[in-house]
Amino acid sequence: MPQLTLHANIPAPDDFYEALLAAHEGLSKAQSDALNARLILLLANHIGDPGILREALEKAAGQSAG
Amino acid sequence: MTRIFETPIYPYQRSADQDAPAPVRHKVVVVGAGPVGLVTAVDLAHQGVPVVVVDENDKVSFGSRAICFAKRPLEILDRLGCGQQMVDKGVTWNLGKVFFHDREIYSFNLLPGEGHRRPAFINLQQYHFEKFLVDHIRHMQADGAPIEIRGRNKVSAVGLHNDHVTLEIDTPEGSYNIDAEWLVACDGANSPIRKMLGLGFTGQVFEDNFLIADVVMEAEFPTERWFWFDPPFNKGQSALLHKQPDNVWRIDMQLGWDIDREAELKPENIRRRLHAMLGSDAKFELEWTSIYTFQCARMEHFRKGRVLFAGDSAHQVSPFGARGANSGIQDADNLAWKLRAVINGEAPEALLDSYCHEREQAADENILNSTRSTEFITPKSEISHIFRDAVLDLAEHHEFARPLVNSGRLSVPTIHDGSPLNGPDAAGLPAETRPGAPAVDAPLRKGWLLDRLGDGFKLLAIGIDVPDELAGIEVVQLATDESDALAARWLGGAGRALYLIRPDQHVAARWLEYDRDAITAAHDRALARQ
Repeated sequence: MPQLTLHANIPAPDDFYEALLAAHEGLSKAQSDALNARLILLLANHIGDPGILREALEKAAGQSAG
Repeated sequence: MTRIFETPIYPYQRSADQDAPAPVRHKVVVVGAGPVGLVTAVDLAHQGVPVVVVDENDKVSFGSRAICFAKRPLEILDRLGCGQQMVDKGVTWNLGKVFFHDREIYSFNLLPGEGHRRPAFINLQQYHFEKFLVDHIRHMQADGAPIEIRGRNKVSAVGLHNDHVTLEIDTPEGSYNIDAEWLVACDGANSPIRKMLGLGFTGQVFEDNFLIADVVMEAEFPTERWFWFDPPFNKGQSALLHKQPDNVWRIDMQLGWDIDREAELKPENIRRRLHAMLGSDAKFELEWTSIYTFQCARMEHFRKGRVLFAGDSAHQVSPFGARGANSGIQDADNLAWKLRAVINGEAPEALLDSYCHEREQAADENILNSTRSTEFITPKSEISHIFRDAVLDLAEHHEFARPLVNSGRLSVPTIHDGSPLNGPDAAGLPAETRPGAPAVDAPLRKGWLLDRLGDGFKLLAIGIDVPDELAGIEVVQLATDESDALAARWLGGAGRALYLIRPDQHVAARWLEYDRDAITAAHDRALARQ
């Protein structure tokens, strides 16, 4: 069973983080929320595997609750 | 012009029961002559069980109401001998279009795989559906079938006993009493029978109002289902356009929760809304308009002693997905043969508990699907709205997002996995015809598989000889090369297979080898005899 990757997996983390923020540059809160939602859906579809998606949902929910 | 739903078609007539010195006892009384009650009664009479239908009204449904009839219910009507007129009259549609704001974002084709006699859906007004069934009952009566409809017979009291139910019935000429060995309550979501018996109906009410308008117009719109999310003519809400026979178009418009119901129902306001949607020069007549709210709810148990609940009286869903009448007809299909077997002493009453098991499972599935559709169509929170719009934005450009768009998951039959009636499965045969599944149609050299199955227990033997006569089971012997569809749906990679099929055309058990004892045991199990 594939598992959610939790070790560092992004080759150039600073570049990605900068690109993520740049995508939101100049957007209203509503536009940013919409972008985030589209991004989540695109990435979720790319992952596809229901087990990994469930694990990611649980991890994300657990973090915010903690 | 008098509309079909304004003419009494089963007018009140005095029954001999009203002059009987003591209550006359009937085998089965069905309460409610809607689609579910009529199909239940036709199915019972078709199987030789005497049945009386009582309805407080004497007409078909007022307005179109249920308008989408799905493949499996049409197959059930075929079994009862009245599917063809429905399909001939109905509008067959395959193409659905989805709009977001002011643009079409994609379309989808419902066209089922080749090799099915019936389409995925037809659109047909409920009043036509009911009229065809009443006509069918008239033909059955002429042929001596034990079936009767009593119009303007309103059940005013019901009493439960060990082996029968007592009924008090109000008529224009006063009230009378009858007894029923079995009562089937098909009296709708507000079921008076359910209320008289003090039985609960729990679920979730959705805080929304929908305007339904049936309009008659000569329009250029093609025969397609069009669904709008947040269109310019109904900001922040949804809308649906669907074609019915006789140039009648169904329009559903979401109105929101805080509305002035009376104002919204004024014809001039409805016309203004429709002109905004259809164009200012559209010419149409209003046939029927209504505002509805809905809930997803069900009874905990569909049986209370000698009373069985079917259709909306037992479970209610949102209209998205056409899962109301379609699931109710499948309730009738599931119940009728079981009731016959119990009445004839072929099966213990426990068989009726399997009706509850199977149809409660179906109700849960339908409620789940219709609740999910409702959540997508009318998002309840800000974040739910954000994701919904994100899905629609992506769906315009990317195929991947389209399966997430949910404007109603259209009714498909429930596969009764885990049913107490299911017998053994055999490895290697196709999943779609596993025990609990409704028989999947396939073309034969002559005709269709489902016509060969008909009703009654069948042993479908494909590419294998059945050497014995089997009590209570008729053998349907087919070659493996009848059609590619038959092989794909019923054999998979196997060279032969045996299927025990229930009278409602659901698979009870299947094998790769003939074993008389195993078949007899599965037959007993499917009748709850063990």
